[in-house]
Amino acid sequence: MKKYVFTKLAGMFFTIICVAFLVFLAFAVIPGDPALAKLGAQATPERLAAMRAQMGLDRPFWERFFSWLLGAVRGDFGTSYSYGTGVSAIIAEKLPVTLLLTGMSFIIMTACSIPISIYTAKHEGGLADRIILIVNQVIMAVPPFFAGILITYLFGLILHWFQPGSYVSFAQSPVRCLVYLFFPAVAIALPKMAMTVKLLRSSLLDEAKKDYVRTAYSKGNRTNGVLYHHVLKNAIIPVITFLGMTLTDMIAGSVIMEQVFSVPGIGRILVSSISSRDYPVVEAVIVLLTFIVISVNLLCDLICRITDPRIRREA
Amino acid sequence: MKRRMKAILAMSVLLTLTIALSACSGDKAGETPSGDPSADESSITIGIPQDLEESLDPHMAVAAGTKEILFNIYEGLVKPDKDGNMVPAVASSYTVEEGGKTYTFTLRDGILFHDGTQVTVEDIKYSIERCADTSGEGTLLVPAFSNIESVEIVDEKTVSIHLKEASTDFLSELTVAIIPKHNEDPAGNAIGTGPYRYVSRSIQENIVLTRFDDYWGTPANIKDITLRIIADGDMIVTNLKSGSVDMFCRISTDQANELAGTDFEIYEGTMNLVQAMYLNNSFEPFQDIRVRQALCYAVSPQEILDLGFDGKGTIIGSSMFPAFGKYYLPELSDLYGKDIEKAKELLSEAGYGDGFSFTITVPSNYQQHIDTAQIIVEQLKEINVDATINLVEWGTWVEEAYTGRNFEATVVGVDASTLTAGALLERFRSDSSKNFINFSNEAYDAAYAGAQASTDDKEQTAYYQECERILAEQAANVYIQDMACLVALNKKYGGYEFYPLYVQDFASLYIR
Amino acid sequence: MKKRNYNLLLGGIITGIMMVLTLTGFFYTPFDPEKMDAANKLSGISLTHIMGCDNFGRDIFSRVLKGCGTTFTVACGTVLIGTVFGTLIGAFTGYFGGLVDEVLMRIMDALFAFPSLLLALVFVSLFGSGKYHVIIALGIAFVPSFSRIVRGEYMRCRELDYVKSARLSGASHLRIMFVHILPNIFTVLLSSVMIGFNNAVLAEAGLTYLGIGVRPPDASLGEMLSSAQTYLFSAPWYALCTGGTMILMILGFSLMSEGLKKS
Repeated sequence: MKKYVFTKLAGMFFTIICVAFLVFLAFAVIPGDPALAKLGAQATPERLAAMRAQMGLDRPFWERFFSWLLGAVRGDFGTSYSYGTGVSAIIAEKLPVTLLLTGMSFIIMTACSIPISIYTAKHEGGLADRIILIVNQVIMAVPPFFAGILITYLFGLILHWFQPGSYVSFAQSPVRCLVYLFFPAVAIALPKMAMTVKLLRSSLLDEAKKDYVRTAYSKGNRTNGVLYHHVLKNAIIPVITFLGMTLTDMIAGSVIMEQVFSVPGIGRILVSSISSRDYPVVEAVIVLLTFIVISVNLLCDLICRITDPRIRREA
Repeated sequence: MKRRMKAILAMSVLLTLTIALSACSGDKAGETPSGDPSADESSITIGIPQDLEESLDPHMAVAAGTKEILFNIYEGLVKPDKDGNMVPAVASSYTVEEGGKTYTFTLRDGILFHDGTQVTVEDIKYSIERCADTSGEGTLLVPAFSNIESVEIVDEKTVSIHLKEASTDFLSELTVAIIPKHNEDPAGNAIGTGPYRYVSRSIQENIVLTRFDDYWGTPANIKDITLRIIADGDMIVTNLKSGSVDMFCRISTDQANELAGTDFEIYEGTMNLVQAMYLNNSFEPFQDIRVRQALCYAVSPQEILDLGFDGKGTIIGSSMFPAFGKYYLPELSDLYGKDIEKAKELLSEAGYGDGFSFTITVPSNYQQHIDTAQIIVEQLKEINVDATINLVEWGTWVEEAYTGRNFEATVVGVDASTLTAGALLERFRSDSSKNFINFSNEAYDAAYAGAQASTDDKEQTAYYQECERILAEQAANVYIQDMACLVALNKKYGGYEFYPLYVQDFASLYIR
Repeated sequence: MKKRNYNLLLGGIITGIMMVLTLTGFFYTPFDPEKMDAANKLSGISLTHIMGCDNFGRDIFSRVLKGCGTTFTVACGTVLIGTVFGTLIGAFTGYFGGLVDEVLMRIMDALFAFPSLLLALVFVSLFGSGKYHVIIALGIAFVPSFSRIVRGEYMRCRELDYVKSARLSGASHLRIMFVHILPNIFTVLLSSVMIGFNNAVLAEAGLTYLGIGVRPPDASLGEMLSSAQTYLFSAPWYALCTGGTMILMILGFSLMSEGLKKS
């Protein structure tokens, strides 16, 4: 187990360096000079040269990459081109918003999908099951951004349950902040909810057909007891891996929802920084997101190993 | 066992319900600040499409979107009024001597900075010299200031600016902000003399301004202004309708139509820019004037207005728009009427009888230019010219198309940095660094030089008009329109004023 | 099988109809999908224009037909790139294992964690916008997930008896990989191809929404849907018709993939 964790951590480190390098490379090859992007079309050559030197763009590619890497290891991600403040400070301000949003949608998703899938699995083939399955399929077919827009129109403009565009920060008013974030959280959670229900339901049904379940029944256990004690425990293992992937998907999905609901989170910063060629910010945000994604995956792996003895032995 | 299952089910349902319920109850609490005008009578939330620049230093600002907001915080010796005239601001009066070689300003009595300190002639000298880079250590921040010989403090109320060469246009450059010499952090701590002072900002979220109560002139009507960033253009209408934003400038005609029948009034002005399909004059087919003219005959600006802009906008025929008054020649817009036969004829004369193909590069963040380009592509099909649209990011456009001049045609709007005809026409001189279309015409260069050398206003105007006429006759670009500028303002408010420059004046807004 | 496979049947019917529409769109549309007409700007549903007209007065039905084709091409191209490269990488890493596997999979992890948005942006900035660049960008973004699935299958299969006996009978590694194992994982692959197709349709729509997708005047369902939302109040049929078509297209494939799993 120790060796396993160690190799995984080493792999993780390698992956993060890979990602950092890819981002650096990407920005080295795409057109769009950050100095020019900042100064605009009216820039004089002298001001451009001065700005490039200030941004450190006159140094060769490798030198820039390694000095960034050295800084990053020490926790210093440099200074943002377009906001003039330290990148770490910007991330510290905006990341909690995204994490809050993702966390909320994750809670909504699990809180709804687990009971729904248990219900549908129990009443397989029933009317409710069929209706839920059809709704599920349709939800999965709606593009996320469009679902977000429909939610703003329905709950915001027609039902007036919330006021689109009136986000307030958590520090200002925790209640209003949470209420506002509830709607984008639902928009992010909906498609994932549909997928989880689909997966968990079929996983439950698969497990329910296995021999040990028959044995459990034959021993005189009641339906719910078997379902809850034996089946759910086994059926949830593939779902944990899936939930891990979903969580990372949700972080990525929040990029679009932050745009639709005007939530000033890390996704908005990412999109605007890409177009303003604010490399230090983009670099740090992507490395950070990668770190979160990989850690969550690793965590899921570990949970699976602990809960499932079969995988544990394999290692 | 069964009970336990039920309990879990019930719990999770309850959890979701609680969240949904708190959503409903929270909403009522949340409605008051912007929903009910009596709660806070003097505040307004204004949507802006992008965040301001990092630095609120008025001399360093380059983005038009930043400058138009800073107009409310900073003032120069003079500032433009809504008719485009230069009126005294930090200076109470001025005189122009030696035929435009010396400009002398008298400091306004008792004028204060936002931090409560008196504005002094030292501050004026500091601000002008900072932009002119007279010490030679920094960089020249205002290109026109290279003409400044020296800034002289005559007495504690008077400052004179001496120029190297006489210039009658120079006054309009002196809108450069006057900032306090003692401010060590002009980028973060914005201190000016304008009707509003800076309070706080949150990146990609909002900027807060409040009224400066010791303002020298007529104080602003509304006390608090929140500028909220709405990066997603598709969300503008939603946010206006929901009431979270009271005003948004430069909305599209489609967005204006969506707002019909709501609490919003649409103000219509002009954008004051030259929207055209700019042609790279050194690209093979466009080197031939007949090809360029053929495009002008094939493209109908009226159709573009009807299809893409609800008929709103002013058709123009050269690099000049109506706000410029005396320089503007309205008759040039009729130079090329839509005439497919004539266009085809010109093309075959030029050896392109079977048509040709080219690419229109369009910055992807401007929907109105993308729409225009789409209509042009359709119109050019009639003369067998096959145009394709290439959408690029704004950063790429500036680097590749504008600075690198690596494009075939592009649809954008070009604006004027100051209210002088030169600001629009200078770029088409053959050796101008801003001549991104590679236009080269001797008669044009001569006419422009004539205008610069002339000190007589009538003569100068005639020279500038000559320049415009050459651009139109040479079909340097396919000129389209000066777009309509639509501003959505909640009916609770009034007093929006259009300026012939790219600025927003918040001080004139009031609550009905 | 005693129960009829309704999923497969329904999915097949929907997909069949969509395919017919898509194919028709390549050769015939009732109106020129790019012809603009100021008089018909945002005109509603009528007998001549069965889905109404868009903001340039173009016939929405014709554009939907054309757009299905574009969306279909983008999705197929994406899935093709994803499957071919994903299968190759997954087969090699899963079959051989060892250091190559470890390194390649770490790179795949990196690619997987790398936002596809940025990847697409790099391509679009480098080569300009347009559907082919969207295909390449999305295709690359899809490689890791395919290679993961295929790798898992190969890892499982390499220990199975038929593989062992093939190896004993002297078959080359390549032969075992692509002649013996590949057909056996075909159902798994087919089902993920269909899900991949749907994800590609959705991803294309998302990219277009962020302004880096298919370029006008080319029509794609995603492009039309994101421009339709401006007119959600004044011309709701625009969004409904394009969105509905897109949902049907995805629904057909996901029902089919569901059905395939069951049979």
